[in-house]
Amino acid sequence: MTEVDANDNSSGRILAEGLWWNSPGLGPLIGLCPLLAVSTTFAAGLALGVASLAVLCSSNVLVSALAPWMAPRFRLAAFLLLIAVLVTAVDLLFEAGWFQLHGQVGLFVPLIVTNCLILARAESFAAQHGLWHALLDGLGYGLGFTLLLAGLGALRELLAPGLLVAALPAGAFFLLAALLVLRQLWFRRRGAQ
Amino acid sequence: MTREQPLIRHQQSGARALAGLAVLLLGAALLVGGTWHYSRERIANNAARQLIAEIATVLPASLYDNEPHKDMVLLDTSNGAPLPVYRARRNGSPVAAVLTIIAPDGYVGPIRMLVGIAADGSVLGVRITAHKETPGIGAAIAAEPSTWLGGFSRRSLTDPPESRWTLRTDGGDFDALAGATVSSRAVVGGVRRAAQYFATHRDEIFAPPTDQTGTDQTGAP
Repeated sequence: MTEVDANDNSSGRILAEGLWWNSPGLGPLIGLCPLLAVSTTFAAGLALGVASLAVLCSSNVLVSALAPWMAPRFRLAAFLLLIAVLVTAVDLLFEAGWFQLHGQVGLFVPLIVTNCLILARAESFAAQHGLWHALLDGLGYGLGFTLLLAGLGALRELLAPGLLVAALPAGAFFLLAALLVLRQLWFRRRGAQ
Repeated sequence: MTREQPLIRHQQSGARALAGLAVLLLGAALLVGGTWHYSRERIANNAARQLIAEIATVLPASLYDNEPHKDMVLLDTSNGAPLPVYRARRNGSPVAAVLTIIAPDGYVGPIRMLVGIAADGSVLGVRITAHKETPGIGAAIAAEPSTWLGGFSRRSLTDPPESRWTLRTDGGDFDALAGATVSSRAVVGGVRRAAQYFATHRDEIFAPPTDQTGTDQTGAP
């Protein structure tokens, strides 16, 4: 899917990678569990998206800073611990600041730990790049994920009163599939030109 | 902010790895401890504020002059789960109680609700505080403002008689929300059980305030 020059390391290029070209929910299809479960409303989708974004950015930056100090033997365990700590902190701050919204997304905030998107970016990107690029990568992928979560949530919220299936778990799969089709069409058309 | 090349990893010394691990563990402990310390009180305050707001929706504010969220007893129920009851008093004498009811028979899962009941046994208000009913269908039970939930107000075990405290489709007096018969039935059953529990446990419910909340009552004549 990534048809842009992989050696292009400009800031905009890194940001656009996660935001669109390799958007986690639409490109590699990762992080689907929270994406499909929480996207029932715009507010819930946005809340979990922002929480994931915060974790992703901070974990990317810290992994980038700590990577040279981590022996390969325990590197993965160390990154997992780091991510778990960040998720715990974000979960607590979220509950302290936005109590009611936190109640809506409840269980899925701690579950950000298990979102493979976070560990994937830490291992495959942040550990091999400097602070600035790691932050940009976290921002790009986090915003891409947030956009999809909030967008899918808004879409389901809008459709639910008339089209009941949109509110049900099955509707999340159908709508995501529809988005994937549109995205593929866009890529095809672009490739044909 | 300069050009960054992928870092070339060299064989690391044991001391360096150990230092990295120590820094990581220390930082992790500090971060979790720090955020917990910062947010603990805020979260507790948030929870209390939400409880106060929820109680206010099922009790008219003009009725009482105490702080019902602090005047709480945990009562025993037949199914073993403790039932929190918040007592509203005016000049120290009981005027109403808020029962925390969990209806186990929702369509998707248990439905948690608050039922405000006046001292004479009539329902003052009902509010759904937690549920997992289907969005767009069963979830309508928790929509606000709700004329449907308002339909419970001023009802008691004599109005309608206890046997008719069910949905119309079950031979009772209460309407179901369109398409949400199961969810509606669970709510009606929950309110009925609250009224029944109140009728049979009135004395326990309005027992004098417990010691730790007694300080709130010192000014009462």
